Amino acid sequence: MKKTLILTTALVSLGFAANADVTVMSWGGAYGEAQTEAFVKPFMAQTGITTIMVDSDNPATPVKAMVESGNVTVDVANIEYADAIRLCDEGILEPIDASTLPAGSDGTPAAEDFIPGAVTECGVSTDVWSNVFAYDASKFPEGPKTVADFFDLEKFPGKRGLKKGAKAVLEFALMGDGVPASEVYAVLSTPEGVERAFAKLDTIKKDVVWWEAGSQAPQLLADGEVAMTTAYNGRIFAAAQNEGKPFQIVWDGQIYENEMFVIPKGTPNMEQALEFIRFSTSTEGLRASAQQISYGPARKSAMKEELIFKDGKTVMAPHLPTSPENMTNALETSAEFWVDHDSELNERFQAWLSQ
Amino acid sequence: MAEATSELLKTADGRPLKAALAAAQTRARRRAFLLVLPLLFFVLLTFLVPIGYMLKRSVEHDGFAASAPALVAWFGANPGFDPADPPEEAYAALVQDLARMQGEKTTGIAGTRINYSVPGTISMFKKGAREAKDLVPPFKDALLAVDPAWAKPALWRGMASASNAYTSEFYKVAADMKLSDDGWTRGGDKERIYLYLFFKTFLVSGIITVICLLLAFPVSHLLATLPMAKSSLLMILVLLPFWTSLLVRTTSWIALLQEQGIVNDMLVGLGLIDDQGRLTMMYNMTGTIVAMTHVLLPFMILPLYSVMRVIPPSYARAARSLGATSWTTFRRVYLPQTLPGIAAGSLLVFILAVGYYITPALVGGADGQLISNLISFHMSKSNWSLAAAIAGMLLAAILVLYWLYDRLVGIDRLKLG
Repeated sequence: MKKTLILTTALVSLGFAANADVTVMSWGGAYGEAQTEAFVKPFMAQTGITTIMVDSDNPATPVKAMVESGNVTVDVANIEYADAIRLCDEGILEPIDASTLPAGSDGTPAAEDFIPGAVTECGVSTDVWSNVFAYDASKFPEGPKTVADFFDLEKFPGKRGLKKGAKAVLEFALMGDGVPASEVYAVLSTPEGVERAFAKLDTIKKDVVWWEAGSQAPQLLADGEVAMTTAYNGRIFAAAQNEGKPFQIVWDGQIYENEMFVIPKGTPNMEQALEFIRFSTSTEGLRASAQQISYGPARKSAMKEELIFKDGKTVMAPHLPTSPENMTNALETSAEFWVDHDSELNERFQAWLSQ
Repeated sequence: MAEATSELLKTADGRPLKAALAAAQTRARRRAFLLVLPLLFFVLLTFLVPIGYMLKRSVEHDGFAASAPALVAWFGANPGFDPADPPEEAYAALVQDLARMQGEKTTGIAGTRINYSVPGTISMFKKGAREAKDLVPPFKDALLAVDPAWAKPALWRGMASASNAYTSEFYKVAADMKLSDDGWTRGGDKERIYLYLFFKTFLVSGIITVICLLLAFPVSHLLATLPMAKSSLLMILVLLPFWTSLLVRTTSWIALLQEQGIVNDMLVGLGLIDDQGRLTMMYNMTGTIVAMTHVLLPFMILPLYSVMRVIPPSYARAARSLGATSWTTFRRVYLPQTLPGIAAGSLLVFILAVGYYITPALVGGADGQLISNLISFHMSKSNWSLAAAIAGMLLAAILVLYWLYDRLVGIDRLKLG
């Protein structure tokens, strides 16, 4: 029933979409709202190009379906980094000429202004988000400080929330087992490394509550179901800001990745779509987005001046994955590794779960 | 007398009655057919065609076959080659194809196709394709210098198999087989998952169907026998959750049953359990079964009710007056008459439960995953062929059950309302 609902909503919104010049597909929720405020509305005001936002559970899936069926109704889509690489390789996306991206506000050429990896053949980063873990500060006055603490049930008793999936969980387990961030993927590429990650997860398996949807993690924490949980950093920030929850993020061992704007192959509005991407991923565009939600801008120039949250007082820097003080022990998700091993390790993960 | 019977009956305008009747019936049939034509067209377009397309996907993938013509030709000419040690010509064909893929930007598609059966190969294809045009003979040594993994027998088996666009590989993967250096073998203990999940999905669906039946039977009976005013009220209580969003109902169960939830709080408050011994009723199989039973219950109640409503109470009274005990009356007189409703409700609930995905995803925890969750995983990861193969197996299993059901109960006894 849910599927039908989503499908009908999608069809209805696509029906409306036909009238717009640029249709942007993103993830909805607080994230989609932030992008509407930061990108869509200012873009319409400045250029007069009618732009609308539609939501999807995971835009990569409809984008692939649209291109394969030759009925492309979305001009710009917001998809995960690994999907941007994979769909680009499969010829589903239009290449984007990086040289046409605007220079930073301080005059730095785009090629140097973007952080490494933020511009790929077919995609430009809109923000950097992160898998972190968080705890309820009212439960642990002397809270956990490192990934190892997450796996320490004696020092910090209580249940743990973890994402139900192999990606980011296996890396997290290895870092909890003392593997330095720089070596995680080298270790995970070996069969022994995979064993080691599962062995580490085994130590807390009976105390884990698994979550699937991003909104479940802060909810589990709020309900007291878990003492600490991994989560998308923006969700924890939103719960802390908007609902005043005493949630504390631990940045040690964060696993971050870029989220990408891409253009599906065969869009009829190529020029407007490119213009929208250039506008949104400019220094000002990325700054506007980071003032709406705590995902980091992918340009160095956007971090130069202090970013203030939309409430007008919270300084964003401590809440962004890209802030230098949060990057001391951080791992960038390897899109290449997961494109190769996603199915294999997920099957293994599901089998491990059911044992 | 004999003459009269041999003469054909005629209509008023002199046509033979039989022909006139046949013509009239044909006209009526044609009109009836025209009336259902839109529906037929709709079903064909939105149901049969997509299912056919999906089933085709599960046996067809030309990602590699279409982008590696030299290798396809070589495999065609040398069907009995030794995957453990392919000759120089094979490597030459491979390098030629890699260079071509780089030019035509098909590396991703070809690598993805091989990656389905031999994990870890997409990046190899990309790297190989980037360097292919600079490689010089002997190609075998040159390519192995780029990445020694190109010599893996499993990879050559995978490429040989993928050189044909039609394949049974996806069904093999969905049956927990793995492509190893020695060919297709059963996956290791830590890798097998699909068959186990198929089994579990059917078991859980069966349990949910039985619980639904046990819960729905008395409720439907009450609905069917109460006076109108009271039964309408009761009906609203059944329909209200039916009209409520699935997500709302699922999350309500989370609020009720979780460890810090209402039910546990109440039990602790009453002193029945202590604070340390809170019951785990959510994020496991119990949670999945409770939430799914609640969500699917109306699908059992409604067909049962519609059947029970038309059973005349006089039958049971007659049985009692002839000396049957209440149990015998129920077993021999009432129950057999409700069978069409039981059959319809059970079939509905079971088939819906087998395909359920959002509820187990939210409340299932570690052991509450069902096969549909893996189908959705592969859909989102672009491995549509494997998703189609798993779905195809699920469809086949349901058709077998449907056939069994037809043999045992008879499909004509089904009564949906």
